[in-house]
Amino acid sequence: MSTADVCVVILWIGVTLYAIFGGADFGAGVWDLLAGKSQPESGGADAPPLATRVRNQIDRSIGPVWEANHVWLIFVLVVLWTGFPSLFSAIMTTLYIPLALAALGIVLRGSGFAFRHALPGPAQWPATRVFGVASLLTPFFMGTVVGAIASGEVPAGGDGDPTASWTGFLPLVTGALFVAVAAYTAAVFLVRDSGASGEEELRDYFARRALVVAVVAGVGAVIGVIALHRDARFVYDGLTSWPGIALVILSGVCGLAALGLLVSGRNRGLRVAAVGAGVAMIWGYFAAAFPYVLPTSLTISGAAGASATLTAVIVVFAAAAVTVIPSLALLYVLSQRSALESYSSSGE
Amino acid sequence: MEALIPQVADASSNLLAARNQMGFTLGFHIVLACFGVAFPAMMLIAEWKGRRRNDEAALRLARNWSKAVAVLFAVGAVTGTVLSFEFGLLWPRFMDRFGEAFGIAFAIEGIFFFLEAIFIAIYIYGWDRLSPRAHMWAAVPIVVSGVGGAFSVIAANAWMNQPQGFDLDSSGQVTNVRPFEVLFNSATGYEFFHMLLAAYMVTGFILASIYAVGMLRGRRDRYHRLGLIIPLTVAAIASPIQLFVGDTAARAVADDQPAKFAGMECIYESGDDQPEQIGGICHDGEVTGDISIPGLDSLLVGFSTGTEVTGLNDIPANERPPANTMLHLAFDTMVGVGTLLFLLAVWLAIAWWRKRDLPATPWFLRAVAISGVAAVVALESGWIVTEVGRQPWIVQGFMRTSEAVTPAKGIWWVFAFTMLLYIGLFSTAVLILRALSRRWREGQVEEGEVPYSPPPPAEASA
Repeated sequence: MSTADVCVVILWIGVTLYAIFGGADFGAGVWDLLAGKSQPESGGADAPPLATRVRNQIDRSIGPVWEANHVWLIFVLVVLWTGFPSLFSAIMTTLYIPLALAALGIVLRGSGFAFRHALPGPAQWPATRVFGVASLLTPFFMGTVVGAIASGEVPAGGDGDPTASWTGFLPLVTGALFVAVAAYTAAVFLVRDSGASGEEELRDYFARRALVVAVVAGVGAVIGVIALHRDARFVYDGLTSWPGIALVILSGVCGLAALGLLVSGRNRGLRVAAVGAGVAMIWGYFAAAFPYVLPTSLTISGAAGASATLTAVIVVFAAAAVTVIPSLALLYVLSQRSALESYSSSGE
Repeated sequence: MEALIPQVADASSNLLAARNQMGFTLGFHIVLACFGVAFPAMMLIAEWKGRRRNDEAALRLARNWSKAVAVLFAVGAVTGTVLSFEFGLLWPRFMDRFGEAFGIAFAIEGIFFFLEAIFIAIYIYGWDRLSPRAHMWAAVPIVVSGVGGAFSVIAANAWMNQPQGFDLDSSGQVTNVRPFEVLFNSATGYEFFHMLLAAYMVTGFILASIYAVGMLRGRRDRYHRLGLIIPLTVAAIASPIQLFVGDTAARAVADDQPAKFAGMECIYESGDDQPEQIGGICHDGEVTGDISIPGLDSLLVGFSTGTEVTGLNDIPANERPPANTMLHLAFDTMVGVGTLLFLLAVWLAIAWWRKRDLPATPWFLRAVAISGVAAVVALESGWIVTEVGRQPWIVQGFMRTSEAVTPAKGIWWVFAFTMLLYIGLFSTAVLILRALSRRWREGQVEEGEVPYSPPPPAEASA
């Protein structure tokens, strides 16, 4: 394995973590959008309405980790422009419209979420809506970017068609699929979190939605395969032959296992199965597109920067692994623990 | 201005639009970045003071500040993300050619940003949940990450001013990258310390000015006094050091980037015994309306009036910085405001030395009340000096900004929309911080009111 290959794997680890954790955050925003109107000023009622409890659960689940989850995006961008500058430039000069819209979505989503509680009463609802809509649109535009890359619409030298490149069948299907998968991942996380804190009604609420969106994502994936067959033959062939096919099968098995756990109402293993389905799909694409970063016009070695730079990226990644991962683990542990604590203390 | 016009003509208006877009979003982010770098340190000082003396007001201050840190960090994170997109969206040719050289600095910055995000969340979550000792330790990585993050970003900017640590092959491609030389290029040292001190001064003076306004309105309790004294002391300590570092930086710029220095000082004719021209308008090869101090510029640059200083006339016309008057006035504004802030620090130091208290006159509070805005003015001026002064280069001597810019259409529209969006963001953030401070004054302290904070109890409505 060359240093360039190692750097691509590092890049792909970042993509995976962003897709799972950032994706779950976007998905939670989608459920927030679909939760219906909550009455922030309803204080005094015996039990707050369901929409309010749904939003509270979403806040509890993503509140402490939402910022850290999105640092993975910065990580991906930085590794791209440092390790693979010509790839970064090719993508940016072709897909600047969906990327700019995704950046706008990130601004609105982040500020909407940050502001929704801090704002005075009447302004909370618009902030919540901004958060929800931006959570829906951002993964869609990111999906169109990935779809455009897969279908070979990004020329290796950049400056591809700024509109046609990402508005084809495959990019649009990929965008929709990203939204569905994000919503699914989020629903599963929320099923687990509300189940763990004994909120049975909320658990059922999210489990029903997880099932519906799982079916939607499954159908979307089938349409996606058809679109790959049509627009991205190289990737399609890679996914239907070894080793891509193994990861596709793994993804399917994990997805079905997650469905089974959802239907039978069990929490144990649910998150692992759902996340496994997504991770296997992401690495399936990696295996299928190998050795290309832009199928079939730019290879990993063709896009790679200077070798000392690639070594530096690997060293920095190792340093990040040593410092960030334990810190992140500490944060997740603390946030899980104190979610339980605030439950027990609220009963006093 | 005359140098600007041919540039606009040949690179179409895209260059100007992209520079405006980048300048505006960076100028906005830089203030939030200052808070990200320096605010956690003041929060930690307040908590440490509170825990050591069992001081309820100091602890309340630390707790409230941590919420403000969260709001500002959240806004700073999104405006920072926008910048990472803009590198590619606005300057794709720059990233394509030089990303592999200077990108390393951002990779390192990524680690610090990550750690800062994680530990801010832990710190805010940790009030009442961690032991006092563990909680204070949770703030240490935030403070360290702020310094480290500032170093990485400034190293990247310094590299644009002093590009080193790589070779170009015969086709102009970057090869043989030497990461340490990139990170520790000859401008990194002075730029980093200058910016780090600026971050502490901006944050310190802004915070102090908020509590000064409160005290002028008659809120003179211990909470407000501490809220003024802690940040003002930090900023006051940074001020004299900043004068020294800034002076060193100006001398280094005179050596490293003579065109930038000549633009800053509006020097047209090379030679020794250069006067220091304060203020004025630079046009047609001369300065008018300035106050001129004979020989001082040469003295400042080389400690002798015999020091030779390069003038703009000896720099090729297409390598001179544009907007010379703006550059010159920005430099004078930064130095002038910085000096006034230093005098404010001296005033505080003398009063404290003589009677262990703030100066009694309301004029002191009034001065502190405007010091926050003044510090931001100095910050933005300094940033204009370094960025406009480097033009027409994006990588000094290697790549022109006009070569780096995207050919994409519609940047003026994006810029107009971004301005509206950011004004909205800024207004909302200010509204929130004001609403928070009103709630704190009324004694309502609740959880769940800011990002990262623990959720409100399950039964409460959001």
